[in-house]
Amino acid sequence: MDFALTDLQRSLREEVLALGKRFPLDWWAERDRAGEYPWEFVRACAERGWLGLVVPESYGGAGLGISEAAVLLHAVGETGAGLSGASAVHFYVFPITPVIRHGSEALKQDVLPRAAQGELLTAFGVTEPTAGTDTSRIETRAERQGGRWLINGQKVWTTNAQNAAKILLLTRTSPRDDAAPFEGMTLFLADLDRDACEVRRIEKLGRAAVDSNEVFIHDLVATDEQVVGEVGRGFQHLLDGLNPERIVIGMEACGIGRAALRLASAYARERVVFDRPIGANQAVAHPLARAWADLEAAELVGMKAAWLYDQGRPCGLEANTAKLLGADAGFAACDAALQAHGGFGYAREYHVERLWREVRLARIAPISQEMVLNFLAQRALNLPRSY
Amino acid sequence: MKIVVTVKQVPDPNATQGLESDNTIARDREVVLDPGDEYGIEEGLVLKEAQGGEVILVSMGPERARDAIRKGLSMGADRGILITDEQLAGADALLTAKALAAAIKAESPDLVICATESYDGSTGMVPPMLAELLDMPQLTTAKQVEVSGSKVTIHRQTEDGYQVVEAETPALVTVTAGIAEPRYASLKGIMAARSKEVKQVGLSDLGIEKGEAAETVLAVNDAEARQAGEVVEDDGSVGVEKIMAVLQTAKVV
Ligand SMILES: Cc1cc2nc3c(=O)[nH]c(=O)nc-3n(C[C@H](O)[C@H](O)[C@H](O)COP(=O)(O)OP(=O)(O)OC[C@H]3O[C@@H](n4cnc5c(N)ncnc54)[C@H](O)[C@@H]3O)c2cc1C
Ligand SMILES: Cc1cc2nc3c(=O)[nH]c(=O)nc-3n(C[C@H](O)[C@H](O)[C@H](O)COP(=O)(O)OP(=O)(O)OC[C@H]3O[C@@H](n4cnc5c(N)ncnc54)[C@H](O)[C@@H]3O)c2cc1C
Repeated sequence: MDFALTDLQRSLREEVLALGKRFPLDWWAERDRAGEYPWEFVRACAERGWLGLVVPESYGGAGLGISEAAVLLHAVGETGAGLSGASAVHFYVFPITPVIRHGSEALKQDVLPRAAQGELLTAFGVTEPTAGTDTSRIETRAERQGGRWLINGQKVWTTNAQNAAKILLLTRTSPRDDAAPFEGMTLFLADLDRDACEVRRIEKLGRAAVDSNEVFIHDLVATDEQVVGEVGRGFQHLLDGLNPERIVIGMEACGIGRAALRLASAYARERVVFDRPIGANQAVAHPLARAWADLEAAELVGMKAAWLYDQGRPCGLEANTAKLLGADAGFAACDAALQAHGGFGYAREYHVERLWREVRLARIAPISQEMVLNFLAQRALNLPRSY
Repeated sequence: MKIVVTVKQVPDPNATQGLESDNTIARDREVVLDPGDEYGIEEGLVLKEAQGGEVILVSMGPERARDAIRKGLSMGADRGILITDEQLAGADALLTAKALAAAIKAESPDLVICATESYDGSTGMVPPMLAELLDMPQLTTAKQVEVSGSKVTIHRQTEDGYQVVEAETPALVTVTAGIAEPRYASLKGIMAARSKEVKQVGLSDLGIEKGEAAETVLAVNDAEARQAGEVVEDDGSVGVEKIMAVLQTAKVV
């Protein structure tokens, strides 16, 4: 068994942490306050080649695995960039994965080189007002008319839709059949044509820098080339991308937890109350130490799941576990860090509150903790399916 | 042009520092490529890009100093030499210079680039010793380097400007932090570094012996704390005279 990172992974991590010094906490706080997309950061990531991490080398990417993506995004979180930074990178890397695996050659040629250069921002349009956890309930329809597709419907929470040029859209191309609810959906990488799509930003708890939106779609035109994979098999094509995404989300949350612990331990060493540093009180130290230990454990599962995926082995249980434990450990670390800061933890100036708000998302999206447990109960313990 | 850049791994400047009981620098903590050496690597790469050739990184240190070399290879250097040997632990500046010189001599470079002083030991003695051992002229504290034919010309940083100094190659140059912004290692660079050679050598390979230490650190004392200054309160009437009195006492006016 070898737990060591490879030289490449360590180098990548060092470069991310070095870049983090150029984007300090105050920079992120300002993006958060103003709700401004972190373009400068994204460009720096693009220049370094990180946005093409999983794009095959033949399309101008680095062709690396999920282990490297996990190391990258964990380190982004660790810099203090929070989900504002991690999601910005994440949404270049992940929406495109079904295209890598299932897209036609023409589609790949069209989008992958640009995606690898960080020149193509893609929105991810799956969730709908009536279909979150139960994706089979989506109502957005794509219909063939005169050699092309016309798409109508509504998406919600679509991240990046303010700026994206493309949208990965899951649609219904046949009505839902109770016997096979996940059949009959089709995936498009469509142009996010502003004449056909009205985009409304959602005001949310955190991560204001990276927008999530309501998208109202009216007669959006798509071509056959823009269909990703097979018509009617869209959900299945999306599925292969879900495990890597869960692994990486868990690792992002852990990275954010690390940043919070760094702030909290520095604060607990220096803040003097009753004539001694607060960190000398075990009631302050233990929650931080516990959070550290929980992060260690969650990261190990995350890297194991990534390794399994990269080895081509089944990793559903581990990927879901990584997301479950990572989201909880990341949030617990931010919460302990906030508590250690006392009243100042509530002040924007101390940054922990932003990390706390941002990391909370990982317990809800892309899949809720409850649904992970449903899955584990069924698949790991062979209990009756509950959903 | 064949360029050797010396690179040292040092305790992370952002982490807490400490000394061992024998006054050597504690190395049981996070280590990084000396930020000063990143400038040397950058300058080496700039010269190579302009003139062609090869950049070779040489480091002396424990096995993990390989990481410092790897960082430079990811930035674009061509290959590395790691001098490591248990006998070299706690080496002084002279032994460091001897070991580096032996490895560098075997490469017959046109140019050797060092930082002016290291981040941790910061004696600034290794480069001059190295120049002597290699029998090369040394051009120090360069903030600009040009090579044309067999001549190397530098702008040498001084307190009140710079001097233009030149020498015949092969030569040794020490560079200052201002010389060029070190590049980052792109993902492509990191991937390319995986297949670059890092040769590991020990004292016997270099044909040198440890010998007596020429330098021992006897004691390490904290720098004297700055004395509190004298505060002159100015209510609008006496300030100027009081300041003049202070300046006269200090004999600056
Ligand atoms: C900031 C943000 C960004 C997002 N970005 C995107 C994006 O880019 N693209 C996209 O498509 N989606 C995105 N989402 C949507 C996200 O994936 C969904 O919110 C998530 O899947 C949950 O769906 P829902 O909100 O409809 O919750 P619901 O499905 O309404 O569930 C509500 C609650 O009930 C629980 N629940 C439901 N059924 C069960 C059951 N059987 N057993 C136990 N518990 C159950 C759920 O766990 C949850 O806690 C984003 C969400 C947020 C908040
Ligand atoms: C208090 C104190 C404690 C010390 N503890 C230790 C110790 O524990 N271990 C130890 O090794 N030394 C230690 N030294 C330093 C030691 O005495 C030598 O000075 C040291 O090996 C080299 O000198 P320097 O770091 O001052 O280099 P400088 O002469 O300041 O270095 C200038 C440049 O020379 C090059 N260079 C120097 N050393 C190397 C190297 N090893 N490999 C590649 N390039 C190099 C680099 O480009 C560097 O930037 C200590 C010094 C002091 C003052």
